[in-house]
Amino acid sequence: MKIALFSDIHSNIQAFDACLEHARLQGANQYALLGDLVGYGGDPVAVVQRAQQLQTEGAWIVKGNHDAMAVRPPLQTSSMGESSAAWTHEQLSDEQRYFLDQLPLLHSFQNMLLVHASVNQPEMWRYVVDERSAGASLDAATTQTEIRYVFGGHVHQQSLYYRGAGQGLMQFKPTPSIAVPVPKHRYWLATIGSVGQPRDGKPQAMYALFDIGKLQLTFYRVTYDHHAASDAIRRAGLASFFADRLETGT
Amino acid sequence: MKLLYPGTELDGFTIEECIHSGGMAHIYKVRYTEGARDPGFALAMKIPRMTTGDGAENIVSFEVEHQILQVLSGTHVPRFVAAGDLENVPYLVMEYVHGKTLQHWIDADESPSVSEIAQLGTEMALAAHSLHQQNTVHLDLKPANVLFRENGSAVLLDFGLSCNAHYPDLLAEQLRKAVGSPAWIAPEQIVGVRGDPRSDIFAIGVMLYELATGELPFGEPRTDGGIRQRLWMDPPPPRKLKPDLPEWLQEIILRCLEPEAAKRYPSAAHLAFDLRNPMQVTVTERGKKTQGTKFKTHFKRWIKAAGMQYKPSPMPTQQIDEVPIVMVAVPNKDVTDATLYSLRLAVERSLGTRQGAQLACVTVISPSETSTSVEEKSETNVHRHHLANLRNWSQPLDLMGHQTSYHVLESGDVAQALINYAVGNRVSVIVMGAATHGLKTQRFVATVPIKVAMDAPCTIILVKQSLPFELLAEQADKDGSAKRRENYVPF
Repeated sequence: MKIALFSDIHSNIQAFDACLEHARLQGANQYALLGDLVGYGGDPVAVVQRAQQLQTEGAWIVKGNHDAMAVRPPLQTSSMGESSAAWTHEQLSDEQRYFLDQLPLLHSFQNMLLVHASVNQPEMWRYVVDERSAGASLDAATTQTEIRYVFGGHVHQQSLYYRGAGQGLMQFKPTPSIAVPVPKHRYWLATIGSVGQPRDGKPQAMYALFDIGKLQLTFYRVTYDHHAASDAIRRAGLASFFADRLETGT
Repeated sequence: MKLLYPGTELDGFTIEECIHSGGMAHIYKVRYTEGARDPGFALAMKIPRMTTGDGAENIVSFEVEHQILQVLSGTHVPRFVAAGDLENVPYLVMEYVHGKTLQHWIDADESPSVSEIAQLGTEMALAAHSLHQQNTVHLDLKPANVLFRENGSAVLLDFGLSCNAHYPDLLAEQLRKAVGSPAWIAPEQIVGVRGDPRSDIFAIGVMLYELATGELPFGEPRTDGGIRQRLWMDPPPPRKLKPDLPEWLQEIILRCLEPEAAKRYPSAAHLAFDLRNPMQVTVTERGKKTQGTKFKTHFKRWIKAAGMQYKPSPMPTQQIDEVPIVMVAVPNKDVTDATLYSLRLAVERSLGTRQGAQLACVTVISPSETSTSVEEKSETNVHRHHLANLRNWSQPLDLMGHQTSYHVLESGDVAQALINYAVGNRVSVIVMGAATHGLKTQRFVATVPIKVAMDAPCTIILVKQSLPFELLAEQADKDGSAKRRENYVPF
């Protein structure tokens, strides 16, 4: 089984479709969406429809903070992300809002656990940005269960955390398209990056593919039409900052 | 795991004999069990010792070697064949390489000659370079891990402590610890740096030192303090132990053994280059000295070393790409000043600001230019003449910080001579003139630049001649057509 892992799509249908197509060509036969389907971007309806269709075909989906915020947008907005939540809320139908609302915070399959942010109190949306926060998430996932792999998003960066020769976790920055062996006698936590809003200075969309048979994890970067995605944001009248950052990947 | 007896079968392989029984692993000769395909080469199986009492590091080393060996390619590593699961029986099956390890030369009664040492060193450096080009650093090079095939080329063995920048480093830890063998380990490895190709250059330096003097430069320290000495200490100069060693060899060995990685050869290709071209080595005080370093110098370095700490290494390929060996082919007849001028310009750009980039100036002469009977056409005289011309040509270049060498090649086939030189010396960029007989004829005849561009394994910069600024207008008038003139107007 090859599982394609997507996170932080952020209403970017161009990036989402490009990654889906890329994953299909790599032989993906299971799809997992790790939250933040919406927010920031200009095409929330198209992305939610695509996600619903994937779910009926067996895809696993967990909820992200932006999904929760689009269902119940804050009355007073304190950040630009929150201001896009109100707009997103208006675009979605009741049925689509219900779909987002009923998404679970965690999903497990065999020895793997999917989460949007951290397994350590997932509803708090903690950021996994270093060895310490990754350790907290992994510890929460592996107490009393058989979990060996934790996959998450939220931070818009691709990183793989593992236990080296010492006690603490080590952070590894993957090289795109290189399959990394992840044997199951070790514990692994990956932040798989963002499909719809990369923030590492490169505009290419990010996702990852986990090959359960070979026990290999491959991080990918996919070139997509980011001009079309930023045009959609400008057309929707959202803050142009969200459009600009897609072109520079920041 | 217990010792396996000959005839035992394991996952389709039949054990033949145990050829090595070490602290970390047993190594057996094996073959495919009856009826299976013949791989065309002999096989060896490595099984880590994993019974209670054996350290957990055996298992991690096995994982690391499995991870790395299966992605390496080329003739300088044994070919990977198969691996067993850690949860059942862990093993690695790989090519069994025939040959002798470097230990053979070290144990020999008679110490190797200078040219033999240079030859062995060149092959080790080329093998290490091939590894570094694959983003891998060996980190445990020592006489038992370097094997020489019958054709003289080196094969590196045992990747249990190696590091490949494409994979998580399972041996790294937050409290940086030394991982390696005490006699050969590089200073930066002692503070936990894993992934600097220059660590392998240090280990090759230790082996060259041992070949040249019969002694280990830092002994075989057993304590942490003893191992740390090399962070500031220079070993006794080899010529103190063996006064008849040439200065150039000492220069090379001590450059490999510099405590600071930045003062060593920037890449293993640079080291191989010097070992192959002893006469081009710039001998400094380092090569000449026959007395050990003064206490005061060591004391100053000791203070500095106390502050030495872990820094992450960039990708090995990135590191070696920054220090290319640039080769320029300088014509020696029928050549215009404009071409010579343009070649200099292109060389200047290729070396850029990269400290450590090296320049090799090469010219090819026909064998008929030299004669064994006519004195003024003797090989020495003709070569001296051409070498002087090459030096003159390079004189206007600012070569500070760029090691530069000059070579006269004799060959009837200019293109082939240039290609052979580039391949043999792991050249990264060739700079040469674009036109030997005018660009237009090249459409019909494969001229020298076209042949080189087609067959060389590296980047080629074909330089079109352009005259210095003040001569441009004159040249354009001569050419006539208005359209051509536009091309020459630089604005």
